[in-house]
Amino acid sequence: MLCDNCKERDAIINLTQVEHDSKVTLHLCEQCAQLKGVETGGAVLKTPLGGFLTALGKGGGGALVPTPADGVRCPSCGSTLRDFRDSGRLGCDQCYATFDAHLRDLLRRLHGSSQHVGERYEAPGDLDGAGGGSAADPRSHLLELKAQLRRAVEGENFELAAELRDRIRVLE
Amino acid sequence: MDLTLLPDGGMRWLDASGPKSTIVLSTRIRLARNVRGIPFSQRAKDADRKAVLDRVQEAAAASDHLSSAVAFHLDEMERPERQLLHERHLISKELAGLERESPPRPGAALLVQDQVGVMVNEEDHLRLHGMWSGFDLEDAYAAVESVDGELGKLIPFAFHPEFGYLTSCPTNAGTGLRASVLIHLPGLVLTKEINKVLQGLSQVGLTFRGLYGEGSEVVGNFFQLSNQTTLGKTEDELIDHLGKIVRQVVEYEEQARDVLLRTAPEEVEDKTWRAYGLLKHARRLTFEETMNLLSGVRLGVGLKLLPGPGVYTLNKLLIYTQLAHLAAMDGRSTGDRELPTVRAAFVRRLLEDEPNVEPR
Repeated sequence: MLCDNCKERDAIINLTQVEHDSKVTLHLCEQCAQLKGVETGGAVLKTPLGGFLTALGKGGGGALVPTPADGVRCPSCGSTLRDFRDSGRLGCDQCYATFDAHLRDLLRRLHGSSQHVGERYEAPGDLDGAGGGSAADPRSHLLELKAQLRRAVEGENFELAAELRDRIRVLE
Repeated sequence: MDLTLLPDGGMRWLDASGPKSTIVLSTRIRLARNVRGIPFSQRAKDADRKAVLDRVQEAAAASDHLSSAVAFHLDEMERPERQLLHERHLISKELAGLERESPPRPGAALLVQDQVGVMVNEEDHLRLHGMWSGFDLEDAYAAVESVDGELGKLIPFAFHPEFGYLTSCPTNAGTGLRASVLIHLPGLVLTKEINKVLQGLSQVGLTFRGLYGEGSEVVGNFFQLSNQTTLGKTEDELIDHLGKIVRQVVEYEEQARDVLLRTAPEEVEDKTWRAYGLLKHARRLTFEETMNLLSGVRLGVGLKLLPGPGVYTLNKLLIYTQLAHLAAMDGRSTGDRELPTVRAAFVRRLLEDEPNVEPR
C-alpha cells in the first residue's frame, strides 16, 4: 500500500487519529510519519542490522541512534552515521576510523568483541611505506594500548582493561 | 555464456563424495574482502566498480589458483542466465540482480576456477567462496584461504588492526568468514524436535537459513547452518565451533531417524516409497513439491528403506529441477506455464536411468 501522504513510498505505519468525533486512519511511509511527528522507531528495525539486533534480542537499543554525531561526515566518502543507520551499510574503509567509537560499541553488541584475533594481514606495499595507512605502525599502536590499559586499571575500569590486555596480547 | 566451460558446471560438490553426504549435502566457506581506498558497494560509482573488477582480474591472471578462471560479466548477461548461476549457488541473488528489473551495474562479475569462485562487486568488493561435497569444513576452508592468501598479496585489502578485515556491513567484519553447511533434517522435523535444535543454535552463536542462504525459506527439510559472528574469534575457532555443533546436529538427526524406525517403521517406509512413486510417475510437479518428495526419498535412501536412487542423482535433481535450469534445458522462458510438466518429465527421465530401484 502506498503512503496516503506522498503516494510514492510504501506505507509502513497506520496512524489512527480522532478528529471531530470520528476516527481517521492514515497509512504513512516512515518519512511522512516522521514529518507528522510520529516517533517510528522503525528506522532501526527495518535495516538489516536492525533485524539482526532484534534477532539477538537487543533491538531498538539507544546506542544505535547516536543522534548528536549524526552530522559527522566521513572525510573519505562523505557518509554520515545517519546514512549508515538508514542503509545498514558503511560507505568505505575509512568510515571505520571516522565512526570508530560508535562502531566499536556496535561490534561488541553484534559479536561480543571488537578485537579481531584472526589472521593478521599485511597489504602489499605496506612494508616499503607505500600503503594507504590502514595499518598504523604496530609498535606505536601497542604503546598507545598499554597507556590506555594503565589508565583503565587506575580508573578501576576492569572490563575495558581486560579487553585492552587481550588486544595487547594479540599484538605482541 | 557457456557453462560447459565449467567442469561439472561449477558444482563438483553434487557428486556426494564427501563425508556424511546423505545428511550433509555440502559445506560452503565464504570470505568477505574489500579493496583498500575504494568506496564500498553502497557508495561506489561505476568507475570504482570497474576499478575493482580490473584489479581482481589482473590479480587472478597473475595468480596460481585463478589463472584459468572462467569470468562471467553479469551486466552483460540475460536474466535467465544470471538466475541459472544463482540456482547453482555460484552467485547471490543480490549479485544476480534478481530482485530488480534493471540488469546488474557494470563491474558485477563472477570468476570461477575448480571449486572456488570470487563474486566481484557484491555487497563487498570480493566475496570468495567454495562449496565442497558433504561435511568438509577443513578442505573447503583450506582451498578458499589459499586463494585469499594469494589475492591478498596482489590486491591491498582493507584491514584494521583492531577490527580486522573491513566490510560493508559490520556483521561481517573481522574475519569476514561465513562457514555454512547445507543439511537435511527430516528426522528432526518428523519427530518435531527441530524447533528445539534451531532454538539451541542461536544460543551457541549459530544461525540457520533456507536453501539459498539469507532471506530464503526452508523447503524440503534442507537447512543451512552457519556462524553468526565473525569477530573476536579466530577463523579456526569459528570453524571448529560450527563443526562441533554440526556433528551434534547430525547425531540428533541420526537418533531421530532411529526413533522413527523403531516406533513407526511401516509409516516411514510407506512415506519414502510414496515419495519415490510420485516422483517416478507424476506428470506435473511444482518445485516445492519436488523438494518435499526428494526429501522423502533421501530419507528412505539414508535409512536403506529404498535401494536407490543414488545420492548423486538426488543432488542433481535438487539443482536441475529449478526454474532457470528447466527453462534453459527445454528452450523456454522462465515464466512458461508448462514448466511443471517439463520438470516431471525430467525427473522421470533421470530416475529411469537409475538401475536397481525395484520394490522388494
